[in-house]
Amino acid sequence: MTDPLLNSGPPRVINIGLRQFANDMRQRGLPCVHMDWRPPARGDAPMAGRLRQVHRSYGERIAAANAQAVARMHQGDPVLIDVVLAKDVINGLDERAILHAGPPVEWQRMCGPMRGAVAGAAVFEGWASTLEEGFAMAADGAFQFSPNHHHGAVGPMTGLTTAHMAVMVVENRAFGNRAYCTLNEGLGKVMRFGGNDETVIARLHWLADVLGPLLAAVLAESGGLGLKNLIARGLAMGDEMHQRNVACTSLLIRELSPFISRCAPDQATAAEVLRFMGGNDQLFLNMAMVMGKAIMDPVAGIDHCSVVTAMARNGTDFGVRISATGDEWFVAPVEMPRGLYFPGFTAADANPDMGDSTIVETIGLGGFAMAAAPAVAGFVGAGTAAEALNYTRSMYGITCAKSSEWTIPALDFAGVPTGIDVLKVAHSGLVPTINTGIAHREPGIGQVGAGIVEAPYRCFTQATDAFIRTLGEP
Amino acid sequence: MSTIVNKIKRSTYLDSLALMRVSVEVQALAGVDEAALMMATPASIDILADAGLVNTDVSGIGANDLIIAVRADGSDSANAAIQEAERCLNAMSASGPVSALGDAADTAVSLGDALERMPSANFALISVPGEFATGEAEAALEAGLDVMVFSDNVPESEERRLKEQARSAGRLLMGPDCGTAIVAGTAMGFANVVPRGNIGVIAASGTGLQELSVLLAAEGMGLSHGLGVGGRDLSEAVGGLGCLAAIERLAADPATQHIVLLSKPSAPKVAERVLDALASCDKPAMACLIGYQRSGAAQSFKGVTIYSRIVDTAEAILGHAIAPVLENMVSTGQRADGGRIHGLFAGGTLCAEAQQVLVQRDEPVESNAPLTAVSPLAETPSAQVHRLLDLGADEFTRGQPHPMLEPSVRTAPLRAALDDGQAAVILVDIVLGHGAHPDPAGVLTEALADNPGKPIVASLCGTSGDPQDLVAQRQKLVTAGVVVHTSAARACEHALALLRGYV
Repeated sequence: MTDPLLNSGPPRVINIGLRQFANDMRQRGLPCVHMDWRPPARGDAPMAGRLRQVHRSYGERIAAANAQAVARMHQGDPVLIDVVLAKDVINGLDERAILHAGPPVEWQRMCGPMRGAVAGAAVFEGWASTLEEGFAMAADGAFQFSPNHHHGAVGPMTGLTTAHMAVMVVENRAFGNRAYCTLNEGLGKVMRFGGNDETVIARLHWLADVLGPLLAAVLAESGGLGLKNLIARGLAMGDEMHQRNVACTSLLIRELSPFISRCAPDQATAAEVLRFMGGNDQLFLNMAMVMGKAIMDPVAGIDHCSVVTAMARNGTDFGVRISATGDEWFVAPVEMPRGLYFPGFTAADANPDMGDSTIVETIGLGGFAMAAAPAVAGFVGAGTAAEALNYTRSMYGITCAKSSEWTIPALDFAGVPTGIDVLKVAHSGLVPTINTGIAHREPGIGQVGAGIVEAPYRCFTQATDAFIRTLGEP
Repeated sequence: MSTIVNKIKRSTYLDSLALMRVSVEVQALAGVDEAALMMATPASIDILADAGLVNTDVSGIGANDLIIAVRADGSDSANAAIQEAERCLNAMSASGPVSALGDAADTAVSLGDALERMPSANFALISVPGEFATGEAEAALEAGLDVMVFSDNVPESEERRLKEQARSAGRLLMGPDCGTAIVAGTAMGFANVVPRGNIGVIAASGTGLQELSVLLAAEGMGLSHGLGVGGRDLSEAVGGLGCLAAIERLAADPATQHIVLLSKPSAPKVAERVLDALASCDKPAMACLIGYQRSGAAQSFKGVTIYSRIVDTAEAILGHAIAPVLENMVSTGQRADGGRIHGLFAGGTLCAEAQQVLVQRDEPVESNAPLTAVSPLAETPSAQVHRLLDLGADEFTRGQPHPMLEPSVRTAPLRAALDDGQAAVILVDIVLGHGAHPDPAGVLTEALADNPGKPIVASLCGTSGDPQDLVAQRQKLVTAGVVVHTSAARACEHALALLRGYV
């Protein structure tokens, strides 16, 4: 019998530790993979020990549960079926309820742009006649704040959802569950970035009164729009569906425009709608988000499953949910994005990380699919296209599987990293990378730039400890 | 006086992010207050106008046109900025496809990731800090890999558990504190380039394996494999588990015709267990247990010959003496009067080898890493007692690099010895090969620059295949007046001869 080491040619080495050994071996033409070693669990030896123990005792069961989670993600069949007023589909929107992005947060701890958006929403709903009145009512406790996620919804940046806003409805045909999200307002001074002046409010009315109903008619006529296929095509065209949505937006308009021209009440409306959609590079973002929510909701509540089912930020806190612990949020302060700023703005103007849009990373897109959108790598300081590939590659280290339906040409059609495993995050110390827009820290101003941010490691260690408790371990 | 300059490039499309990167570069130029490059969509024009950057007629331009907008402290800076912006734009489109991805592309973030990138991997080389080495080694063994743990400062109890885990898994664990191995002709860690042959060496010491392999290589004899077991394998606590596993693998290896065990001193019961395994393994075997016999006489254990020095082991394999032998020495014309041999060693085993030479000659000797028959260091050095220091021992390498990696840590003690009236002859080792410093002879001779004429004797361990230039290294030493040997034992004997005036 051949000795697998002594008689099998030069050893094929995994080098763990000093990089000079790997460099030396490669220089000599020897097969070697270098492992970028960091102390496990970022140096927390007891945590590293717990993780090793869990792997030994429950590794197989966890792997099976995670495989089931990934299977549900692949089985998901999200279809955009309708656009309606939020009050018609979302529970709990009576009594001055305002849904927001991220885990729960009260007025006292809300960041500037979210407060600005709240005041604007109060005016939009007619609860306040001026922004000042809106701010005062909020401070007085007049509004019921609740996360979008608690109501089957998601929203980008400030993510506010109130009764009379138009929301898209996506149904996951494989499991029958539905998810909701507002329509993307466009770029610049918009409510999701904390804008709240008359133009912002007028636009929200237009979305609810004009665009929404037209899209509803279009979707009824067309029988709904399957979303996974658009993603697959967009990935091959340079989108990653968080910071880059221009390809999917274009494909969407191509799919819908025949129906738009047929269903519009008049030519002027059709033209207005097409101009709006065509001028909004981020139109598809909200569709990618509501699709993500619809895909992930059926993954909640699987025993022994350590897959992340949601990541969301409210500008103050970052929240993570994992399958085994259902609705429980694991929360830590959000981080500051690093990025590039529009003229007139600098990092000193930036608001901390915000939005439910990290549902996009949760399904393997956004920062995880950066290899499909090398231009986004510019956000990493002096980034090159090579950096973009490495971001995706490193995310493979913290996920369960590669997608079988969403592939990246630049990686030889490897699938996007799918199923974030909280145990792998805890052990490796590597956290999800997120591409995001940056809002001004003051209310009423709007977007100031875009960049990269990391999910806080502490969310994942807390989630890991809770996960280990579900196994019956101390 | 603030100047705003706009330049419009019609029908020039560039990605907004690429444009933002150029903006950042231009904005960093002297005298530039603000710079922006944007495609002239209405929204972008609004942003530029809000920022006070527009001073041209923008009514006729649109989304396919690029606008460069700069605000600077004067027209010179502004125009220079515009020029720089255009230069960057041209450079961008002119550059070719991104060249080969850097190191990061080949870097795995976890063992699982590494195994995915190289499913045929059969070996893990672990050099992480000692307190983490066990966890990594366990994971590697569980993944079915053979393992070399270069890391030291791994607790002794963990070493035993790891080797037991390796035994259950049918895998080899070399180390911890295994700095040298040669697997299927491939040098791992610190090792010399030697021919492939049919001698399998199991070594509880790195420099021991290095010197033995080099002495054999000088005459074209090669190794099938050189398997390290780490410095503690033959202790009571670890029980020789590494040696036993290595003997089993080499006994079954068709490429290995002879087995040699090489170790520093060990627990006697454990040594016996290992010698037993050697004796019953069906292949001719010999052992070198440095310091085994005070007299240095070869012993026999169930047909396995045991030598007390590397040089004797090498001579037995080669079938002839390695010259010069003490009795045959020719006077160099140098003669030292009184004083001790002062040894400064990078290789721990080479220090032990030198100690054994002196023990066999009944010379008083002390060391920080003493053989059984050798005294530990006295508080105060003496002119009558030879003092041999292993500079790679733990007490010297806390917070300091190992002398094999950084020979300059030997410079200060060397210079002190040059000035020390009691140190009559200085004895050192120079070790070449993969992993070692690129110019150890250079570092040594530089330290000897102010030598007041004190005799320096060195053993030079290297082959012509090593990355360092063996001939040039030897030449540097000779030019500096250093006497050069290939065996640490022979070098020590020469030092002694100089002291005692042998001719």
